[in-house]
Amino acid sequence: MVRFKKTVLSLGVAATLAAVTQTPAVADTADKRIALSNNYAGNSWRQAMLTSWDKITSAAVKDGVVASADAFTTAENQVTEQAAQIQNLILQGYDAIVINAASPDALNGAVEEACAAGIKVISFDGIVTAPCAWRIAIDFKQMGKEQLVYLAKHMPDGGNLLEIRGLAGVFVDDEISAGIHEGVAENSQFKIVGSVHGDWAQDVSQKAVAGILPSLPEITGVVTQGGDGYGAAQAFKAAGRPMPLIIMGNRQDELKWWKEQKDANGYKTMSVSIAPGVSTLAFWVAQQILDGADVPKELTVPFLRVDQDDLEEKLAGTEEGSVANVEYSLDDAKKVIAGK
Amino acid sequence: MKSFVPSSRLLRSLLPAFSLTVILIAIFYLQPRAMSYFGLNLLLNLALPIAFATLAQMCVITVNDLDLGIGAFVGFVACVGATWLNESPLLGVAVLLLCILAYAAMGALIHLRNLPSIVVTLGMSFFWLGLALLVLPTPGGKAPEWVREAMTFKAPGLPTTIYASALVALVVHFALMRSSYGAVVRGVGGNPRSVERAGWSILKAKMSMYALAGFFGVLSGISLIGLTTSADANIALRYTLLSIAGVILGGGEFVGGRISPVGAVLGAMTLTLAASFLSFLRISPDWQIGAQGAILIIVLALRVLINRTGKK
Repeated sequence: MVRFKKTVLSLGVAATLAAVTQTPAVADTADKRIALSNNYAGNSWRQAMLTSWDKITSAAVKDGVVASADAFTTAENQVTEQAAQIQNLILQGYDAIVINAASPDALNGAVEEACAAGIKVISFDGIVTAPCAWRIAIDFKQMGKEQLVYLAKHMPDGGNLLEIRGLAGVFVDDEISAGIHEGVAENSQFKIVGSVHGDWAQDVSQKAVAGILPSLPEITGVVTQGGDGYGAAQAFKAAGRPMPLIIMGNRQDELKWWKEQKDANGYKTMSVSIAPGVSTLAFWVAQQILDGADVPKELTVPFLRVDQDDLEEKLAGTEEGSVANVEYSLDDAKKVIAGK
Repeated sequence: MKSFVPSSRLLRSLLPAFSLTVILIAIFYLQPRAMSYFGLNLLLNLALPIAFATLAQMCVITVNDLDLGIGAFVGFVACVGATWLNESPLLGVAVLLLCILAYAAMGALIHLRNLPSIVVTLGMSFFWLGLALLVLPTPGGKAPEWVREAMTFKAPGLPTTIYASALVALVVHFALMRSSYGAVVRGVGGNPRSVERAGWSILKAKMSMYALAGFFGVLSGISLIGLTTSADANIALRYTLLSIAGVILGGGEFVGGRISPVGAVLGAMTLTLAASFLSFLRISPDWQIGAQGAILIIVLALRVLINRTGKK
């Protein structure tokens, strides 16, 4: 087995050398191995992320684009465990490591060790701040702001807003909320009259909204962070209040409820979130880096937005209990790299 | 039959080294690349903070108590290390000394009020976590340069971690197993009443062991940020259970002052390597925690087996 690996390795080296002398082809990365280091798999978004990774990478391996693309998830969502996992991946000789990190800073030691060993490190979603790594970041602030842009367009008169936030103390929650507040500052006809933490979960959101509703004036819009729209709708319904415009977050139950309302009374809203398939974008970016492409260290992921017109199409493609998803292709990655 | 008894004791004390060797061989077999300076360094460097945390836990277990707050404490130390210790070293050192004093005071409180250590330390774990969040609300900070250099120092021959762990294990071994006061302290765990009758202060013994635990907790936190370069309040929550498992795996017992410092360090390394071993085996994460538990059970079953043959 050992000898076999060595032969493969030396063959790989020979292949790379050959590739350098010949004109670069698509299969330049055919002998490269990419690993996914993931810190958590305990919710629908992460499950969809892993499924997308598996789907796209197994096709890529079959087509000979890369030699292998294995996914590793730590058993517990802990920084020290993921640091050890990254060190193991270095030992296993991967050429690139794609990371969804448990902490933006605390993995830097392990990431720097990987870089020192000549391994390309690409972080996405949960990014790492080590200068030698690539970051595929999500502009969460923009995600919050976009909601206000939509509201301002569809409700020029403005009104009272209820904000549902995510998990307290998490960076993502602060960013989205900051974006929402920035949007409100720019559109002064809107006013946030209440704010609750829904922890990105329908049941928590429903309870939190039901708790605050009796103390609130009439609400015209609900700004959210995803995973909380359906719960909010249920709370409004149970309280017998007029249904406000609730921004959704691409979850299947949210889209389904929206579709029902749309069919019944022409309910209008929009839905925005990050597609779990962003892992596949990270995969293609890693492949491009290994291929020698000049990739800037900071990249930004596009959001996945669902609008009134493509609701049916997106809902049909989303499994029950899952999140609207899109898998990225090599061309998408090239576009993101080019900054388009 | 008499000649058999010491050999069973010997077997028992050799068990931690044996388990470590087995895991190491298995890893070398699965991943030949690990069999190098570079590989050993990568495999073992995260074991040093765990070894320190395990020694801290062992100090508390020596006097028949259990520390459920050590993980949060290490996290707090890491946060202090990545902020104050870096920006104003004097303040940082002062705070860390205060931490050790706080641990001694905790030992005194537990003894004087006759409180269950589990309750006090569990309560304190929330206190430490809260403090850590106050010091460092979002992950970040920067480890002091000298800590970073010390932890990335490449010693000749073998990775620094191995030298450091061996040194610490030996120092603690001589302090607790070979010195006369060490015997008294272990006696507090074994038979406190007779130790008291002999004229020794149990309060003093408990306070010094808790202070020592605090000291090792500080070392654990500082060495951890030397590896990670920055801190996170939740960085070491796992250390609480890991440290208890490390002590037991290393031949210690929950009661009776029966401990083994060398074993505890070996136990911490075994646990670290066990996780790597399972990941090299490519076991699904859903099963990994269970598999880690299975390794623990196997080692403990071996120990019971050795104990039984010893009694016959």
